[in-house]
Amino acid sequence: MILSEEDWVALAISLKVAVVASAASLPFGIAVAWLLARKSFPGKSVLNGLVHLPLILPPVVTGYILLILFGRKGAIGSVLDQVFGIVLSFRWTGAALAAAVMGFPLMVRAIRLSIESLDKGLEAAASTLGAGRFNVFRTITLPLIMPGIVTGTILSFAKAMGEFGATITFVSAIPGETKTLAAAIYSYTQVPGGDEGAMRLTLISVVVSLAALLASELLARRVQTRTEGRDV
Amino acid sequence: MFEIDIRHAQGDFKLEAAFTAGDGLTALVGPSGSGKTTLANIAAGLIRPEEGRVTFNGETWFDSERTIFLPADRRRIGYVFQEGRLFPHMTVRQNLNYARHFRPTRTNEAADARLIELLGIGHLLERRPAGLSGGEKSRVAIGRALFSAPSLLIMDEPLSALDPARKAEILPHLEYVRDEIGIPILYVSHAMEEVARLANRVVSVAGGRVVAEGEPGAVLGGARPMPDDMEPATFISARISHHLESEGLTVANSRAGRIFLKRSAAEPGDWVRVYISAQDIILGIGEPGNLSALNRLDGRILGLAERGGSVWVTVDCSGEVVLAQVTRHSAARMGLAEGQPVSLLFKSVSIDTQGLFRRQAPDALP
Repeated sequence: MILSEEDWVALAISLKVAVVASAASLPFGIAVAWLLARKSFPGKSVLNGLVHLPLILPPVVTGYILLILFGRKGAIGSVLDQVFGIVLSFRWTGAALAAAVMGFPLMVRAIRLSIESLDKGLEAAASTLGAGRFNVFRTITLPLIMPGIVTGTILSFAKAMGEFGATITFVSAIPGETKTLAAAIYSYTQVPGGDEGAMRLTLISVVVSLAALLASELLARRVQTRTEGRDV
Repeated sequence: MFEIDIRHAQGDFKLEAAFTAGDGLTALVGPSGSGKTTLANIAAGLIRPEEGRVTFNGETWFDSERTIFLPADRRRIGYVFQEGRLFPHMTVRQNLNYARHFRPTRTNEAADARLIELLGIGHLLERRPAGLSGGEKSRVAIGRALFSAPSLLIMDEPLSALDPARKAEILPHLEYVRDEIGIPILYVSHAMEEVARLANRVVSVAGGRVVAEGEPGAVLGGARPMPDDMEPATFISARISHHLESEGLTVANSRAGRIFLKRSAAEPGDWVRVYISAQDIILGIGEPGNLSALNRLDGRILGLAERGGSVWVTVDCSGEVVLAQVTRHSAARMGLAEGQPVSLLFKSVSIDTQGLFRRQAPDALP
């Protein structure tokens, strides 16, 4: 089975988009999960709703909203363009943004659950030992919610690898820039005689997904043993 | 000197308490739900009360009027929690070092090694908390609190999760902490045995209020208000006179008279605090016949108080107030009345070694 040049490029874009999307959204995911799990503030249910919106909306709608907001003429997009010279629409970075937004609810949910199940008493104990808020978070909270963070990141990565609707609406499928694996499979199915190509990429998709799953299993198990405090 | 005077509401529960804690061990006693742990958490800075003041050695930790609140991490306290709260993702050594990390002090490796040895946790250093027994966890938790070089140690029922054998194993370590480390200790408990053995001072809390405060004998003995789940008892200070080796007994002199104890490890001249449960005392009028009970203290009835089916009789034995518990039936049959001369009889064995307590400082005695 030989991949064409274009297939390799699509795979590389997908991986790049998925890695950037899950890694870049992680700090925000932890922050939002923390807010939702620990703090009560006005507008908390609004924030919760906003985070979960991409889960409920048709992906095309999410993609369209991104286009309106982050397009070159969009409310946020125009500022990014003029002030920072950052353009997201029809760029791979835009694909990463779309993938991150789509995976965000999954990430936040996983991390929020692990924060909620964390024994606050341990954080209190750390503060009686002289650790200030930031140090408590760094040395106690963060290591102990690591299983949730790993799960959340993997879910976000997996979602990004498979994202199609929002991405194609927001950044289209420009070969070499925004044409991801999913988009490439779709375009193969749209041309006569493209079955073979679609099958090739489908196999690649399965392999990548399985590898990611396996890696996450191993990682999660290691983190779990450590945070549960068993002797190794 | 630790001083607290606060008002705080948690839902329907209202806490309004003021007390002080000086050197040695101050026990905060009371039934569950009386607000002991909340007070400990306020002392530690884990709960911010609504109103009042908390000061320690002249430093203001909390003052609602001046809106001062020093968070827990800046109070230099050590807190031993009921459940230990060891960090599960760290080894025992890392748990201990954590306490060091944020409050760097002159590291005295000899002193550290000695503490680890005294607590008997040297062989656990590379283990993780999940693999430790309850007693081991407690000892590590005590060690961790002490490693942070606190100027006030707070302990919230550190032994309640342990079975009697493990408790007996930890108690000497707590005595060591009290007598050798020399920092004030606030000790939350509702276990009479622990309080009797450890406390220099007792603050009794009920329904969110301080109901009594003072010397253990004065607060816990006598017919004073006492937490319902505590056994009535008396503490008598006594000085070891000599041992009767062949009989396995130790003789001690107290203000109330001579007391026979089971052979004690204490040396002649040592001051001990003897704990006598009110239920172990037999009350007699007139000259008792030939009884097997070794101990006999004579005195006059100070007062009678009905408690459920029984009567608590306080007896003044040459200035030492002893509490005895008899059934209502017996009290009526004997015609007990104030001012009546009575004898108190109890076996030497009823003061077991668990009930024989070292004292930090001797009381004023004749």
